[in-house]
Amino acid sequence: MPSLKDLKNKIASVKNTRKITKAMQMVSAAKLRRAQEAAEAARPYAERMNAVMAGLSASVGTSASAPRLLAGTDKDQVHLLVVMTAERGLCGGFNSTIARLARVKANELLAQGKTVKILTVGKKGREQLRRDLEANMVGHVDLTDVKRVGYANAQGIAREVLTRFEAGEFDVATIFYNRFQSVISQVPTAQQIIPAKFEGATTSALYDYEPSEEAILADLLPRGVATQIFTALLENGASEQGARMSAMDNATRNAGDMIKKYTTIYNRSRQAAITKELIEIISGAEAL
Amino acid sequence: MAVQFDLVSPERRLASAQATEVQIPGAEGDLTAMEGHAPTITTLRPGILKAVAADGTKTFIVTGGFAEITATSVSVLAERAVPVEEATPALMDSLVAELRDAAAGTDDKDAADKIMADMMAARRAIGQ
Repeated sequence: MPSLKDLKNKIASVKNTRKITKAMQMVSAAKLRRAQEAAEAARPYAERMNAVMAGLSASVGTSASAPRLLAGTDKDQVHLLVVMTAERGLCGGFNSTIARLARVKANELLAQGKTVKILTVGKKGREQLRRDLEANMVGHVDLTDVKRVGYANAQGIAREVLTRFEAGEFDVATIFYNRFQSVISQVPTAQQIIPAKFEGATTSALYDYEPSEEAILADLLPRGVATQIFTALLENGASEQGARMSAMDNATRNAGDMIKKYTTIYNRSRQAAITKELIEIISGAEAL
Repeated sequence: MAVQFDLVSPERRLASAQATEVQIPGAEGDLTAMEGHAPTITTLRPGILKAVAADGTKTFIVTGGFAEITATSVSVLAERAVPVEEATPALMDSLVAELRDAAAGTDDKDAADKIMADMMAARRAIGQ
């Protein structure tokens, strides 16, 4: 049986925790709104880009002169996994779901005898994957100091990936991130970016191309990689805040329950102590 | 007699309005898109993009990207686009520096030189 003093301290400490989690929840609610707006604002560009590239790749993709970023290297021996996670924890299962998906994929590829290289973005993912896949890590992009993810950050990552591709370091690149659905649901997603894959490739209106189709495609593909990475970063940003918000909401509610429970115990033992004292006084008086 | 003009960058939509004509710095020369233009996709070189509308002309500095022109719309996707009113010398310097960094990474020296020359020409055109 803990003493009254202990219980009192415990209640005070849980109350403090609740204040903190409540504050974190409100902060991430505000950040979530901003992240969603950023994702919304980036959508027109990404959609147009995809539509144009899908059209172009449908017409150029089959020819022998297709750029390597689209056609690939005719091999799929070496895989690069770009694992994007958050820089901070306390956001529920956000980081672990991405790391788990990446780990499953990596092990699957290793079992098939492929070579796996991992590039991590965000330190939480690196920490989790380092335990068993340290030997496969080839690089890390640190975004700790970045307050708001901008296109420049995506370009930096894209440049790193493209440099490695041109140096022949890998054949296939896949990005891992959490797609934002709602505050309570984020879907870990793996998306292949090199060689580029497009869904719903339809040749719409017949366009004149200036310069040639191939030249435009060669110019666009590296931008496409950056755009896909940027979209993923934004989705990830919104997912992180959403996950943190619901995790902190849960924590706040748990803290509330805990306070209620301890307060009941505290009151009960306080009453027990009073009753005991009374009985002692009365029986003492009767004995006289 | 107007086309729907959209200018989007990866981070936001910079302009979306009706325009009577749009002057585009295409990679193979400037072109003006008006209603009924043949569907065209062209890459951009660094230069000045003008959207002429009934209520005035909007001017932007772009450093690259591409434009999709159809009979009724012009969509410009630019990685960096700055309204000319916001183009301070410091901002222009940073754009030039960005291009120079990008140029340093390519092997095609002629193309890189051309991009830098285009950028300088655009700078002169807005009087900086």
